[in-house]
Amino acid sequence: MKNIFKIAFRNLFRYKRRTLMTSLLIVFGVVLVIIFSGVSVSFKSMMIGSITDSMLGHLQIHKRGYVSSIDNLPLHLNIDEKGIMQLGKIFEKHKDKIEAHSYRIKLGAMLSNFIETTNIRLTAVQPQMENATCPRLTERIIGGVADPTKFVERGKIIIPENLAKGLKLKAGDEVVLVANNKDGSVNGLSMTVSNVIEGLLGPSGRDGFIHIDDAKTLLRIYGNEINEVAIRLKNPNQLDEVNELLAGELSQIKNRQNNPVFELHTWADLSPFATIATIVDLLIITVKIVLIAIVLISILNVMMMSVYERVSEIGTISAIGTLPSKVLLLFMAEGFSLGIISTIIGNIIGVLALFVINILKIHFSFGRMKDILLETSIAPSELISVSLIVIIIAVFSSLQPALKASKMQPVDALRHV
Amino acid sequence: MFLARLRHVSKNYQMGEVSVQALKDIELEIEKQSFVSFIGPSGSGKTTLLNLIGCLDKPSSGEIFVNGTLVNTFSNKEAARFRGQHIGFIFQNFNLLPVLTVYENVEYPLIMVQNIPAVQRKDRIMHYLEAVGIVDQKDKYPSQLSGGQKQRVAVARALVTDPKLVLADEPTANLDHVSAFKIIELMRQMQRDFKTTFIFSTHDPKIVKEAEIIYTLEDGKIVDKEVVAA
Repeated sequence: MKNIFKIAFRNLFRYKRRTLMTSLLIVFGVVLVIIFSGVSVSFKSMMIGSITDSMLGHLQIHKRGYVSSIDNLPLHLNIDEKGIMQLGKIFEKHKDKIEAHSYRIKLGAMLSNFIETTNIRLTAVQPQMENATCPRLTERIIGGVADPTKFVERGKIIIPENLAKGLKLKAGDEVVLVANNKDGSVNGLSMTVSNVIEGLLGPSGRDGFIHIDDAKTLLRIYGNEINEVAIRLKNPNQLDEVNELLAGELSQIKNRQNNPVFELHTWADLSPFATIATIVDLLIITVKIVLIAIVLISILNVMMMSVYERVSEIGTISAIGTLPSKVLLLFMAEGFSLGIISTIIGNIIGVLALFVINILKIHFSFGRMKDILLETSIAPSELISVSLIVIIIAVFSSLQPALKASKMQPVDALRHV
Repeated sequence: MFLARLRHVSKNYQMGEVSVQALKDIELEIEKQSFVSFIGPSGSGKTTLLNLIGCLDKPSSGEIFVNGTLVNTFSNKEAARFRGQHIGFIFQNFNLLPVLTVYENVEYPLIMVQNIPAVQRKDRIMHYLEAVGIVDQKDKYPSQLSGGQKQRVAVARALVTDPKLVLADEPTANLDHVSAFKIIELMRQMQRDFKTTFIFSTHDPKIVKEAEIIYTLEDGKIVDKEVVAA
């Protein structure tokens, strides 16, 4: 095999310009895939991290039927004390996988600054649990907070930026919240604005925050009741595994009608960004298909030319006793060599390009998110998969010309001028 | 006794709608260690006859025995294997591999055809390079050699596998007269030194006289056999 590759390499460099052009084309394709993958996967991870770490958590548990009515923020689908205890046992059982969880009450209310009134969506939380589950939530609070574990206190309200601008509210201003209770009655509560929070893409991205005890007071909830549990995992890559695990456990908890009490959703089920993430994945696949086409066409073209130019040579080596299988190997080795050289060079240039992008510290905006730092990275597995694509396609595209060469009758090939 | 034997061998080619009979009912026996020449005008069937003996082509009818083996029923793979073991070739256009040096061209059949281990290869290659007088050029590429030098390399490559038979199709056609005679003399020397049978074709009446046995072909038939006095 060493000699086959020696001959293959020398034949590749026989026509330096042609080999260089073909190789450059493949290198370009590889670099394109690496840069695109590096930028888009990093962007996607960053966005997903932002959504899960500052808003949704990795998983959420609700009373069955809640999510389909989530826009109405229903209060009749609350998880009671018994349900909370059942969930607590499950979280304790899987504490090796679950880093934190947060109990929430989501409600709709009317917000008044005594001049104007508007509706507001609120998430009522226990700040310490919420900070453990969504550690980047407090990064959205304008001006920051002294102690993230106490980011919202009793009697305080954090209002979303859009409402703060609309009602001309700032920290220290007094407001009134009025909300419908479960039984249809109405209750009100005076609050002081403690902070303003920036919005984020997706549902709950424009929610305000109050303390969970204030929500119970406002809604006249006596006892322990919540309507949402957010879960943070120790390893986000185990999302599917933990989702399946918890789904299995939760399906065992049934009501008198023998129906499951709870429903479980991943962040992707709850966020429209999941669609964007899927589109990003599809775009990466599309770019890889373009790479396949580049490699296939360029190597097929070069190998067909190579076989045609060397018909007489093929006749000679066949005549002196080279078996058809070795003739096949000789030509396939050329295609393989071209593929592997190009992929190595492409990987080096692609990784260097990502490195340069990181050094340049490029900033960009996405929707309401301003001044985001573009940080790229690429997993070694992605480099391996790109390399394998190039090599496999290079070998595959050499196959037809190599077969043609191996099947040539030496007497016909020798006559070729 | 006989290295090659042809019995009632004919070869037809289809050229469009016309069928051309290149060889007609050839009866031929080549003795071992002989130095044989085929002569005839273009289209007489010399190359066709060499191709059939060399297992590069199959007859339309008849039988061909080379070194006691019936060769006209070989598959492509079997024919390639047989050629690699028993037959060496020298071509009119030298047909050296341009990406390999002189040494590597001669080494090629030992690696790619006979799979000889590296330890044994070097001595054998140097032996034949010295025999043909080209050892000083062993690191040069074919593009750096003259026509006569290239043909010497081709002779060494043909002999390095220790074949019983070497076939040369117009080996001197692209050489000047002086070089041509030198090559024929070299082949004669190789025949004596290595006891190899040589068959070469030519249309040069001066070159053909160097052979021991001359077969004259005309219109696909052997019209004359001449045994040249030693």
